[in-house]
Amino acid sequence: MNAAAPGTTHEAGGWSRALSSFFYRRPNQYILLLLIPPLLWFGTVYLGSLFSLLLQSFYSINDFTAEVVREPTLATYKQLVTQPAHIDIVVRTATMAIAVTIACAIIAFPLAYYMARYATTRMKTFLYVAVLLPMWTSYLVKVYAWRLILAKQGILTWFLDALGLTPALDAALNTPVIGGPTLSSSYIGMFIVFVYMWLPYMILPIHAALERVPRSLLQASADLGARPGQTFRNVVLPLAFPGVAAGSVFTFSLTLGDYIIPGVVGAPGYFIGMMVYQQQGTAGNIPLAAAFSVVPIVLIAIYLSIVKRFGAFDAL
Amino acid sequence: MTAAIEFRNVTRNFGSVRAVDDVCVEVAAGEFFSMLGPSGSGKTTCLRLIAGFERPLSGQILLDGVDVSDVPPYDRNVNTVFQDYALFPHMSVVQNVEYGLKVRGVAADERHRRASEMLALVKLGEFGERRPGQLSGGQRQRVALARALINQPKVLLLDEPLGALDLKLREAMQIELKALQRELGITFVFVTHDQGEALSMSDRVAVFDRGRIVQIDTPRGLYGRPRSPFVAQFVGGANVLTSKLAAALLGVARPVAVRPEQMRILSASAATEPGWVACAGTIADSQYHGATLRVQVRTPDGELLTVAQAEAGASAAASRTGTAVQVAWPRASVVELEADHA
Repeated sequence: MNAAAPGTTHEAGGWSRALSSFFYRRPNQYILLLLIPPLLWFGTVYLGSLFSLLLQSFYSINDFTAEVVREPTLATYKQLVTQPAHIDIVVRTATMAIAVTIACAIIAFPLAYYMARYATTRMKTFLYVAVLLPMWTSYLVKVYAWRLILAKQGILTWFLDALGLTPALDAALNTPVIGGPTLSSSYIGMFIVFVYMWLPYMILPIHAALERVPRSLLQASADLGARPGQTFRNVVLPLAFPGVAAGSVFTFSLTLGDYIIPGVVGAPGYFIGMMVYQQQGTAGNIPLAAAFSVVPIVLIAIYLSIVKRFGAFDAL
Repeated sequence: MTAAIEFRNVTRNFGSVRAVDDVCVEVAAGEFFSMLGPSGSGKTTCLRLIAGFERPLSGQILLDGVDVSDVPPYDRNVNTVFQDYALFPHMSVVQNVEYGLKVRGVAADERHRRASEMLALVKLGEFGERRPGQLSGGQRQRVALARALINQPKVLLLDEPLGALDLKLREAMQIELKALQRELGITFVFVTHDQGEALSMSDRVAVFDRGRIVQIDTPRGLYGRPRSPFVAQFVGGANVLTSKLAAALLGVARPVAVRPEQMRILSASAATEPGWVACAGTIADSQYHGATLRVQVRTPDGELLTVAQAEAGASAAASRTGTAVQVAWPRASVVELEADHA
């Protein structure tokens, strides 16, 4: 029989016990061991490729040979910011991303508020599944389904007609820039599909933020004399704002980077994602594709600094 | 004179549970009124009914003689200090305190002036720019108090406000709260499960049990003349003798209460003094409490009596488990009780 050392319960010393003891005495090495796999993954796959992308954008292409010249230059960026067509693409994409983000926030907030404040457990579960269910379906299937829904003989046109809203639809389609011959070939249609696609990404963070607001805060506000509207403005909205900001980062960046939806639904104008796809594929202009890829990163950085100024991360 | 608060047969259910059951009570203006009871006894629900966070299923709630049963919280002239303080985490201390004035449209400099006065009153003048998260529990509780008082309510509701504080701070806050109430002359309704807190601060105490008020009395009245076994045990932890034991010892056919500090432990052979009642038993357990020694004595019927004696007067033999002793108490200290309601 192994006698335990005084003051310990240590009897048989198996290798796993020895290993546990080793890490107990050296917590830093334990944390290191824990972090090696994610660090390798993030370091090489994410940051490495991002760095390589950044590097590519400072190369240029030889117009005659169509070969990439591996010398650092700002020529590609100059080409990006001086050609009106390129500026148009950036403005078009950014405008769409902002519009989609605002629409998602407006639609998502009441639903998230209902889920967090009023829904029973059963209702909440149902809504959770309802919000997440579309995300289990193939992205492409949904996009092409929307193309059919929005088509001239599609169900939406039929439905609006049944409601007697055809004049309203025609008026919308006759609006310059955002209109078009049909919903499926207009920016309005593209906007609808984007909003549909990214809505869950807005609902979930807002819901999470609202869920963390204790009920007693709302009662305290009412107790001190605030009418429901004042409580909403002074207490609910500021405390839910980090959730709106988190959600908007998703909807904004997903719209900026998407290249499928603008190709399937909507007007023929190019979006950043399509431009990247085309430049690195058919055109073979890797540096310009890389430079275009940097644009969303810059836009999101600007966006984050703006929401930070509004205090979105103060409550974190 | 009109009561500051009046409950007329108020009932409130949560699902099938009757949280507040046909409660009638009047609280006078300027009174320090406590609602005492174990958790789930309905005392907090009554407080929330006064604030307007809950609505009665039936019955009326009157503030200053006006039926407010259908008036929302923001139109009632009462303010609440919440159990978790419910300070707005995204606002500074000053912003929290002036919130009530802000939502009523008071101008900014007037707001600031009164908020500073309030913070000075609760001795937090220096802390105006901090966030609630940077304050200690005791400081947060003062902010909550200042925030509730700035609206100059007729009634201040306090929902176990001292529960989260440590003992020393709690005792200091009890004295401060009482002094503040005297100074401001506001009606305080104080919810607590701590009988010591209720007894030391209140003008009157309502004892709650399963949704009903079982007794309303002054602290002295409650302690000295508990009406039922529940009140006798909950307030001050009296020994309740069953009607059978009471009949055998005292000749009364109802339960009786005797305070532990009225009881003495005598040797098994000691003669009973005139005017005293004695009961044989064996010592089951004892706990040292510093100033007092509490001893449990088991009677031949199996009932446990708790005796509290001054530590200095307690002999060593009187605390040894298994010793045969007598427990004696003056006949005059016996309080006859009614049976608890079903």
